[in-house]
Amino acid sequence: MKPRYKRALIIIAALAVIGVAALLILNALNSNIALYVTPSEVSAGKAPKDQAFRIGGMVKDGSLRRDGLTVHFVITDLVKDIPVAYTGILPDLFKEGKGAVIQGRMNANGEFIASEVLAKHDENYMPPEAKHALEQAQKNGSNK
Amino acid sequence: MIPEFGHYALILALCVALIQGVLPLLGAHQGRREWLMLARPAAQTVFLLLATAFVILAWCFYTNDFSVLYVAEHSNSQMPIIYRLGAVWGGHEGSLLLWVFLLSTWTILVAQLSKALDEFMVARVIGVLGLVMSGLLLFILTTSNPFMRLLPAAQDGRSLNPLLQDPGLVFHPPMLYMGYVGFSVAFAFAIASLLSGRLDAAWARWSRPWTTAAWVFLTLGIALGSWWAYYELGWGGWWFWDPVENASFIPWLVGTALLHSLAVTEKRGGFKSWTVLLAITAFSLSLLGTFLVRSGVLTSVHAFATDPRRGIFILIFLALVVGSSLVLYAWRAPKSTLGGKFSLSSRETFILLGNVFLVVSAGSVLLGTLYPLLIDALHLGKISVGPPYFNSVFVPLMSPLLVLMGIGPWTNWKSSDLPAVVKRLWLAALAAIVAGVSIPMVMGEFTWLAGLGFLLAFWVIASGCLQIIRQAKAGKPTRSFIGMQVAHLGIAVFVIGVTMVGAYQEEKDVRMSAGETVSVGGYQIQLQDVNIASGPNYQAMRGTFLLSKNGNFQTTLYPEKRNYFSSSMPMTEAAIDVGLTRDIYVSLGEVLPDRSWAVRVYYKPFVDWIWGGCLLMALGGVLAISDKRYRIKLKKQAS
Repeated sequence: MKPRYKRALIIIAALAVIGVAALLILNALNSNIALYVTPSEVSAGKAPKDQAFRIGGMVKDGSLRRDGLTVHFVITDLVKDIPVAYTGILPDLFKEGKGAVIQGRMNANGEFIASEVLAKHDENYMPPEAKHALEQAQKNGSNK
Repeated sequence: MIPEFGHYALILALCVALIQGVLPLLGAHQGRREWLMLARPAAQTVFLLLATAFVILAWCFYTNDFSVLYVAEHSNSQMPIIYRLGAVWGGHEGSLLLWVFLLSTWTILVAQLSKALDEFMVARVIGVLGLVMSGLLLFILTTSNPFMRLLPAAQDGRSLNPLLQDPGLVFHPPMLYMGYVGFSVAFAFAIASLLSGRLDAAWARWSRPWTTAAWVFLTLGIALGSWWAYYELGWGGWWFWDPVENASFIPWLVGTALLHSLAVTEKRGGFKSWTVLLAITAFSLSLLGTFLVRSGVLTSVHAFATDPRRGIFILIFLALVVGSSLVLYAWRAPKSTLGGKFSLSSRETFILLGNVFLVVSAGSVLLGTLYPLLIDALHLGKISVGPPYFNSVFVPLMSPLLVLMGIGPWTNWKSSDLPAVVKRLWLAALAAIVAGVSIPMVMGEFTWLAGLGFLLAFWVIASGCLQIIRQAKAGKPTRSFIGMQVAHLGIAVFVIGVTMVGAYQEEKDVRMSAGETVSVGGYQIQLQDVNIASGPNYQAMRGTFLLSKNGNFQTTLYPEKRNYFSSSMPMTEAAIDVGLTRDIYVSLGEVLPDRSWAVRVYYKPFVDWIWGGCLLMALGGVLAISDKRYRIKLKKQAS
């Protein structure tokens, strides 16, 4: 085989791998991305309906209630509150009055069913998404 | 006074590093011998100065000097001594000091072990390392000085994050950084070769063991981190596709590609420009990793509350390093693309294809890691890219690589008889298919993913075994051959572990009172009681669980929920019964209102094979470095 063809074949093989990878990536990005939504946006109905999404905010003081292994609490940006239910064991740093990020979907009763609760591993650390939600809510509040 | 000496040592180190970075490079360019000669002593001086700074910082921790801000923030007089010393790199400033200290360690190792190498080359390599060192020292001195004073001094320190108070802290960061930083040597060799225009097999032979050494450290560092996360974060996962994990994994993938590409450059003189590009990329990705971890732009286990100036500094430094090396590359890289001639059915082709898969998968992980940042920077909203993305992209890209791994080592350089190779491999293919079908059946449930995992793993194992037998018959195999086989075997062992855990682990979250039993994976776990226990700087609730199988008592497990005095955060300390074929993992959640406990139990089949596989990979690397040909060369040139 001529060297030129050989080089072309190798380049085509490499491009094929890259092409397949690009397809895989696009496909995976389409179905596996979770949007961050603030509690205010959720109550304004701006949350995705048929996809899991994430909410960042504060766990409202005094809202934590246990029912066996299921935990109910409220996540807030200090303007709007969203009730949340989660079944399972909460991470160590999950605490009332602290920031948290949760992933899941809304159910028909307007309760957010969390599949995952993320809390960070440093007590002084505020997840940027939770901070963002609070700032956003504050800004909108002062505009009104 | 002592911390000021540390600060002063850092400033002096920067000055000497600038000399180390500038004069030898200029000297090599203009042919001035006396400037070349400065490279080694300068590198040694920097090493001594940084060792001094490092020891001084450790001393501040040892003596509980809470007038040093960094110590006050990361230590506490009640902390056990071993964690006080580990805390030296438990935060941002100290971990950067570790970074530069390890960089200078690599530099003097190169300086000492490369006596046989052409002095122009050595001077250039040390010079490039000196420039990198100057950039990082400047960063430390301007934004992250570990010797900053706190006046008035704190009564006691804030203590280290309890999660970090674990033997993992002592080993994981130095190991990982040795790997990260080690790629700077491959980078320096690549830049030096571009500068000198001497891009040949001898160059590849020199940089190959260094690259392998860095790769071994990185492999061990990542494995240690994964193992630490598994037992310490308390929730039983071994890899989370956390951005910071990715930041270490992307250089690993590119580094692996580099190792293989260097083999072609050494043996056949081919792929030169590709090898150089990979060396530049691997180091740039290590720097990018540092940026991602240290800038606080990511939400991650490793994120610290940070100062935005730091991120900007590293970003500029990164742009300088990447930009200048790519310009140099475009200007000086050899024009021929693939080097020596080879046919399509040669080892070169297989290595090239493997390289493509490694680099493309590194790219896809990088994309998934940076995508949320990109979207955020463009104000298109905030998103997160989770593990499903990585799994659905990574697995399809890695599977063909494993197929190639079974064939590649059988092929010859330049050209080989592919049909003959295929004929020899039918037995391996048969073994793989049998394993892929039968193991899932034995485990109780067939899934396509599990079948694929076992098929690929046993394909690699069987092909490796056949080849070892053949080589042993033909004569004594070389260390580098054995190293390759061991490392490939490590991949297969790793894949078996991942497949087993992925397909057959069992997880239960349950509510338990004393005397209750939960069963998982054929084991019964009974909660006896939960008592108060105390440690040096914490108090814990300690559960006592009896583990038994079919009524036969196996062992007792003691998971804990700790409360550290210096911190308001509780800590879950899991209890694990480790076994060759399975781990039983128990962790305590929280007390429920009726005084029962939320408990999580896992049955994790073959999970330790994941880290065992990594150990084998690292062992393979060590064997490859110890190959005779690197030493003979040294002896010959030294005498």
